[in-house]
Amino acid sequence: MKSLAARRAANLAVLTVSSLAALFGIVMLAWVLGDVIVRGAAAINWDFFTSLPAPPGMKGGGLANAIVGTLILTLTAALIAVPAGIMAGIYLSEFGRGALFAAAVRWLADILVSAPSIVVGVFVYLVLVRPMGNFSGLAGAVSLAILMLPVVIRTTEEMLSLVGRELREAALALGSSYPRMMFAVILRAARNGLVTGVMLAVARVAGETAPLLFTSLNSPYWMSGINEPMASLTVTLFNYAMSPYDDWHSLAWGAALLITVSVLTVTVFTRMVLGIRAGRRQANG
Amino acid sequence: MEEQDIAVSVRNLSFFYGATQVLFDNSLDIRRNRVTAFIGPSGCGKSTHIRCYNRMFSLYKGQRATGEIIIDGANVLDPSTCELELRRRVGMIFQKPTPFPMSLFDNIAYGLRIQGIKNRSEIEARVERALRGAALWDEVRDALHKPGTALSGGQQQRLCIARAIAVEPELILMDEPCSALDPIATARVEELIEELKGRYTIVIVTHNMQQAARVSDYTAFMYMGRLVEFGATADIFTNPAKKETEDYITGRFG
Repeated sequence: MKSLAARRAANLAVLTVSSLAALFGIVMLAWVLGDVIVRGAAAINWDFFTSLPAPPGMKGGGLANAIVGTLILTLTAALIAVPAGIMAGIYLSEFGRGALFAAAVRWLADILVSAPSIVVGVFVYLVLVRPMGNFSGLAGAVSLAILMLPVVIRTTEEMLSLVGRELREAALALGSSYPRMMFAVILRAARNGLVTGVMLAVARVAGETAPLLFTSLNSPYWMSGINEPMASLTVTLFNYAMSPYDDWHSLAWGAALLITVSVLTVTVFTRMVLGIRAGRRQANG
Repeated sequence: MEEQDIAVSVRNLSFFYGATQVLFDNSLDIRRNRVTAFIGPSGCGKSTHIRCYNRMFSLYKGQRATGEIIIDGANVLDPSTCELELRRRVGMIFQKPTPFPMSLFDNIAYGLRIQGIKNRSEIEARVERALRGAALWDEVRDALHKPGTALSGGQQQRLCIARAIAVEPELILMDEPCSALDPIATARVEELIEELKGRYTIVIVTHNMQQAARVSDYTAFMYMGRLVEFGATADIFTNPAKKETEDYITGRFG
């Protein structure tokens, strides 16, 4: 056995290295956030939320159309992915035990989770944009939905499995039918977990740029329909950041701040509110 | 025993998990409005046995029962038996309390609504009656809107009993209902069983032999999937006919 002094020295060394590593990560995060907040805050004003983008070279203008566009794209994606994902999750947890088809669905969902989002964008470009002949908000929403789907499927399955068989048996023992047991008792018991899964999936796709470049493209105008190219904060940020105009750079920082704050709020709020409630219930249970 | 005194008539009940047989030709008669206890060491098949009465096992693939379980003149193991209807007549209480994630009121109203009862005042009246029946009314009358999970463990178990009796079953199965409760909560549930037995037929599985002796009128001793001995509780505990029964109740094994 090594001497006490040697072990203390080793302990100190490892502790120092691991603390520095943690510090490095935190500093990077704080740096990015700080930069976004300082530079973004300068761009945020009333016009930012209410005006259309100004033509190149002109002062002022805002990103109102991109804000609305991102909201519509994300909500439409959720409308497609959440029902489909929850139903697929129900299938996996309730009927998919030991079934080959279910194993295949699980495997594909896991692959899809780690698929690069740009690949999904190219895929939707080929199957929707090309046949339809134009870029559209719908294609953008579909590509975001594809990215949300596996997250919703897997969290739903996991949350439903956590409910446990006792509660299922208790509901069935009263003469409840399987669907009624599912909807009135099990989904309700898993509600917090399901909402968390959906919100995290929304937060994940709200910041996506790559799949939208090939699908909803961008637009300097208010949306006129879901079949038209549609502005989004992320693609606007991308375009403006690459542009030669200082005003657009500033708006890009503003967009970055808005996206960061929104995603952060959704994530933190979901975790906090639902986390506390779930914790309280466990303490009582 | 008179024919109408028998609530459940079990004949040659055998049970299989896949290819493994775990119950072997169990036959006995459960007396109406009495408490029948199933005792025996872990894994002897007590729970599996009573889970046949409401066909709870059919939820799981590969589980299969043969023989006959006659309730109200019909064999519940017959494939034509409607499970939903059967389970409305045969209530079940589980080892862990299982309050639903809804208010106390809705917990009890759940079973009534399943039966298609929509009349608000009828539901209210039956919820109150069930809670009084489960000796819980005085404790929760002002908290009916609170979640069922907010109750203590013992109260939760009595809530589950109230939920079961609200639909007025003929038979109540209790699968180790007190094993997750402290001694005081256990005593209250036992008192409740005592009160309920005049109106309901109760079948209780228990690990606790003192509990079986305290609450039951009849006792069945099971060992390795076989029904070793069945009779009046007083006889089983004071004068067992079989050596295995005597060894078990005197603590020589199990």
